[in-house]
Amino acid sequence: MRFLETFFNPAVIGQYLPDIIAAMWVTIYLAVATVLTGVLLGAGLACIRAANLKSVNFCIIVFADVMRALPPLVLILILYFGMPSVGLSLSAEVVIWLVLSSVLTAFAEEIFWGGLTAVPAGQWEAGRATGHSKFQTLIYIALPQAVRMGIPPLVNRILATTKLTALGSVIGVKEILSVASSAQSFSGSATPLTMAAIAYMIIFIPAVIASHWVERRFSYKM
Amino acid sequence: MNMFLATFFDINIMMQALPLLLKGAVTTLKLCAVVIICGLFGGLMLALRALSPRGWLRWGSVIYIDLFRAIPPLVLLIFVYSGLPFAGLELAPFSAVVIAFFMNNSAYFAEVFRAGINAVPKGQTEAARATGLSPTQTMIHVVLPPAIRNVLPDLLSNTVEVVKLTSLASVVSLSELLYSANMARSVTYNASPLVLAALLYLAVLWPLVRIISRYQRGLAVK
Amino acid sequence: MSQHRAMLEIHALEKRFGQTEVLKNIDLKVREGELVFVIGPSGSGKSTMLRCCNRLEEPTSGAIMIDGARITDIPRRDLDKMRLKVGMVFQGFHLYPHMTVLKNVMLAQVKALGRSKAEAEARALDMLDQVGLKHKADARPSELSGGQQQRVAIARAVALDPKVMLFDEPTSALDPELVGSVLNVMKDLRQKGMTMLVVSHEMAFAREAADRVVFMDGGYVVEQGPPEEVFGNPKSERLKAFLSRVSGTAAA
Repeated sequence: MRFLETFFNPAVIGQYLPDIIAAMWVTIYLAVATVLTGVLLGAGLACIRAANLKSVNFCIIVFADVMRALPPLVLILILYFGMPSVGLSLSAEVVIWLVLSSVLTAFAEEIFWGGLTAVPAGQWEAGRATGHSKFQTLIYIALPQAVRMGIPPLVNRILATTKLTALGSVIGVKEILSVASSAQSFSGSATPLTMAAIAYMIIFIPAVIASHWVERRFSYKM
Repeated sequence: MNMFLATFFDINIMMQALPLLLKGAVTTLKLCAVVIICGLFGGLMLALRALSPRGWLRWGSVIYIDLFRAIPPLVLLIFVYSGLPFAGLELAPFSAVVIAFFMNNSAYFAEVFRAGINAVPKGQTEAARATGLSPTQTMIHVVLPPAIRNVLPDLLSNTVEVVKLTSLASVVSLSELLYSANMARSVTYNASPLVLAALLYLAVLWPLVRIISRYQRGLAVK
Repeated sequence: MSQHRAMLEIHALEKRFGQTEVLKNIDLKVREGELVFVIGPSGSGKSTMLRCCNRLEEPTSGAIMIDGARITDIPRRDLDKMRLKVGMVFQGFHLYPHMTVLKNVMLAQVKALGRSKAEAEARALDMLDQVGLKHKADARPSELSGGQQQRVAIARAVALDPKVMLFDEPTSALDPELVGSVLNVMKDLRQKGMTMLVVSHEMAFAREAADRVVFMDGGYVVEQGPPEEVFGNPKSERLKAFLSRVSGTAAA
């Protein structure tokens, strides 16, 4: 009973439900912006890498490595606290979007590039032999196959990256976790945190289930 | 340019902050060791349960895995650290972090192990059982060795994720690497300690990220 | 032959997968030292029957006895002991890819039979010698041809001193030129007195080496007898049709 009172207090739920729902939209909005930017830029970088320009590729590889190796929270703090000193104040939302998009771009680039290198050489030759330019072969023949191969790992990575929107709470983005945290301290009840957990489940469980489906559907490994 | 250097790469401030950061790095390493070892073990157990034929064990594990893949680790951490005290369970930051990240990571490791075990052909199990090996012996001697070898890159990349994840412990004031760096930043009003922390993370994780890329490329070519 | 006791007996065996009846009232007896060959079109239930004999597949009803002991009654936890008495060779070999050939043959001897490592190794080397592959003891399965892998799989099973050996299409996955080496190993085993139940499409081998040929179709045993009778003087229409189909392809 005490447990219910602590984690599922109806009065507290009623009071903060509108705030949490508003915060869910912020989370969804950030997540969608991150996915669109990250996946498109990732695919773009993988294509540029296919052009095989040494110095450009070096930059892409360093970018992808650093973004995959650094904890996103470090980047968030550096941008949020450091940029104002060089005269560039970014809003907390923009910082989260920038960092998460960069992280997703890096992973997506690696996944698409892995897919491109796995497309058999015969496919490239067939494309060129039927009169396509190198660029056309890349866009119409190689990239679609690379994307298909990359879908299962990409979905998992999208899930992992969009969940990081919760890091927005550290710098005051009004997303689910930060709204729930402040509600928790105002109300002196753990119920808002339960609401946050449920809110995340509502958003991400469909994504987890979709990831299982996609894995079965697009599995190419064995 | 000078302003940029002074904000992000002030050598003096970095040198002053270094001892504090190194102390934090030791905590980070301890945290990683505990979470990775527990996560690997728990993940393996979960995967075996999730693949077992018995109904309730199987469904319990499958639901556990999906649930903790859907909830952002920071939400889990805040829940364990600030939510559980309402139920009379007060945890030290280190324990709270270990518990929250164990829940998150065992789910991720379980997914990796499950994929690896599923990829071992069914004939292997049948052949082993036909020679009189018990289910447990079959799992240990016949199924797990190739399964683990198949997913080594994924295990390694999950390990990298754990190291990055531990930076979230700074949010609950556990004085690990990022927390120490952020402390130094707020004292010096300068972002250089955060950049130094980033460099320390990179020193450890960049080589691992390189290895993962190599490994995955190797698989793709094969 | 007839004075020998039955080593493997199948009584009124039935197997259903959901609504589909795969085996209907199968009766079959294999005497000690006998080589019984099972032929029939694909989907006739041959493999399922074989897999019931070591309970890789659970029979729906009926009884199976190995060396006089009813294996269809024993509890699941005692299955492992029973399976030591029944060796099985699969179409797909299923050698363990992460172990050397020698370790493949040793594993169950040590873990399931409880032999010492030294004893198991000596036996494994002896078995590998018998199948002509002693020189490959330290190789990995992936370095062997299909025929060599199947001979190792036979060695792995026989090393456990089973009472009966089951062969589930042992040569179907092999290139034609590799089939002979596996059949020779099987002939050898028969000469040494092993009791064998073989599901296979190698009709020539059946004629030459089988004591009895069993024809299955649609989940029934339709006809059985000595090879010269089954092949030379088939009685049922179904067997005649089957033989003319197969000989059409086999003769080519």
